[in-house]
Amino acid sequence: MGDELFQAMAQSVIDGEVEEAQRLAREALEQGIDPLEAINKGFVVGVNYVGDQYAAGEMFLPDLVLAGEAMKAAVGVLEPELARRGTEREMLGTVVIGTIEGDIHDIGKTLVATMLSTAGFKVYDLGVDVPVPTFVEKAREVGADIVGVSALLTTTMVKQRDVVEALDDAGLRPRVKVIVGGAPVTQGWADEIGADGYSEDAIGAVALAKRLVGAE
Amino acid sequence: MVRRIKSISDPRISLNILSPEDVQRIHTATLDIIESVGVRFPSHKALDIWEAHGATVDRDTMVVKAPGHLIEEALKKAPPVYTLAARDPEQDLPLDGNHVYVGTDGCGVQVIDLETGELRRSRLQDVAEIARVADYVEEIAFHWTPVSAQDCPPHTRSLHEIRVIWENSTKHVQTESIYSEEEARAAVEMAAVIAGGKEELRKRPVLSIMQCTTPPLGQDGGSLEAALVAAEAGLPVGFMTMTSCASTAPATLAGNLVVGNAEVISALALIQLAHPGAPVFYAAAQTAMDLRTGGYTGGGPEDFLFGGATNVLADFYNVPLSMGSFATGAKEPNWQAGVDNSLSTLMACISMSDMLLGVGLLHGSRIWSYEQMLMDCEIFDIVYHMMKGIVVNDETLALDVIRAVGPGGNFLAQKHTKKHMRELWVPQFMDRRPYSEWEKKRDGPRDWAREKARKILATHEPEPLDPKVSAELKRIIASLEK
Repeated sequence: MGDELFQAMAQSVIDGEVEEAQRLAREALEQGIDPLEAINKGFVVGVNYVGDQYAAGEMFLPDLVLAGEAMKAAVGVLEPELARRGTEREMLGTVVIGTIEGDIHDIGKTLVATMLSTAGFKVYDLGVDVPVPTFVEKAREVGADIVGVSALLTTTMVKQRDVVEALDDAGLRPRVKVIVGGAPVTQGWADEIGADGYSEDAIGAVALAKRLVGAE
Repeated sequence: MVRRIKSISDPRISLNILSPEDVQRIHTATLDIIESVGVRFPSHKALDIWEAHGATVDRDTMVVKAPGHLIEEALKKAPPVYTLAARDPEQDLPLDGNHVYVGTDGCGVQVIDLETGELRRSRLQDVAEIARVADYVEEIAFHWTPVSAQDCPPHTRSLHEIRVIWENSTKHVQTESIYSEEEARAAVEMAAVIAGGKEELRKRPVLSIMQCTTPPLGQDGGSLEAALVAAEAGLPVGFMTMTSCASTAPATLAGNLVVGNAEVISALALIQLAHPGAPVFYAAAQTAMDLRTGGYTGGGPEDFLFGGATNVLADFYNVPLSMGSFATGAKEPNWQAGVDNSLSTLMACISMSDMLLGVGLLHGSRIWSYEQMLMDCEIFDIVYHMMKGIVVNDETLALDVIRAVGPGGNFLAQKHTKKHMRELWVPQFMDRRPYSEWEKKRDGPRDWAREKARKILATHEPEPLDPKVSAELKRIIASLEK
């Protein structure tokens, strides 16, 4: 019975069926299944499958995002029980992410946040137009391993340097790594401002984040 | 495993290139030329046919002057719709005006070797290997003899070529390299073996024959006689003009069309006079002379316009068209090849040319490149997707989805996206990777196309030809080699 349920959970993630994933999570709770087991033997299996299919060129970005949404929704249902049992899902690391102040471009940053979350990071998405001190405060508050700063404009990109410097001044670096992204950003720029990493796309950002926390 | 064939049908975009008045004027001018100037038919068999039907024949110059009504009446007998049969009936190609099929180009004389990258003379093994790759690729619907088997005796070369194509593919074979009556008779005999008899062949022509005209206003004697033999056996026969502005045709595009049209329709009329109702097709690859070198360009705006316009003429005569496209003059797979082959293919497809010839050759149809072959297929795939146009209905307007996402969100996680995303084009060879990934490898479309060709050659096993059939084909060829 459990195996069938776990398979259905994986399938709901593969199909990107948010409601179905939530329903199965509730069913697991009703049956008294350990929520951690539901995540690891059920939903995560689906996420990994979608990741493999994507890498093989058989599935696409919307598949990844939908799988991530389904996963997130299922975990949302299971979280109160996880907390009640005093267990926690083992995460790869904690990421604070946002689009820098003066810049309201959302989609690239959101995509990276979703991909990181799906990959097993705890992600705090600060949204867009985020002031430099907010990155620092949040990083300190949640004990971030990584701060991700997005910028789409050459005029706002320059403030990515301010985030690096502010984290330096706050004494959080080098423990906290800074990753930067956005259309005008290059590896050269990341090097110049002393950031710890750069990726051109969301898939690369996941690999980068894993590398930075020593998960790969 | 028999592969499916990708062809364009039910087009949703169209082209306005020649008005009905334009076509009528071209037609009238063409008949005027055929009647008052004439077309050279250097074959006594052809001249006999013309004479028997009341045309004016000059036996010294071999020029035929035929009245317009004779041409028009003859052309009316040509079937507007018929099918190019394949060894596997699943791969039959109905020439019904609602399909665009791609073939391999021909007939090259050199090959960029797939393993060494060196340029060398083409041989029979190349014909076989190219046919095997073409058998696999779904964008390719039929074969031309892609390169010349220069290691075979000249007078049976064309027969060895079609034999190895049949041995390596179930798709229809069209040969453009038979230009004598003797070869044509042997080819018909071979095709009958494949089809299972002469009558079966008439019903299911697994071979079609394409001949070139000799511009301006001429035909080739051997080609005419080969075409007459093929038509008698029920094989579809086409005549291709390659009139070139400023050298073998007037510098003006309309004048070029008139000269080429006179060559093609006079040849098709001859076939109809000899064998009424025989399946025939119009074929063309007009161009403009390169003003600096006098060379055949194989690209440029004139070619692209001819590519769009010629099917309007073929439709006027109610016969299928085989149109030259992809025929780049580039020396290697590069920017020029991409521009030439994209625009020529787009124009020929928008006007729904029935057959496109063809993928794989460079340097004005001289050099075979597997890389170019597969990248040409990707060009066709792009055009294939464009021809689907923009569908407007409730589902595609997607109002509910737009409402659900609202301002500032994104559509990535919508079920509607997942449902329709596979309708979006996904490239095989276009480089859309992140810059850093490219920077690491410094590879690209040519490398990937080469890899794919190697993989197909290493792994694809075409539906084998019955060894007895194969032996019979060899016997027919050998009988000519004694």
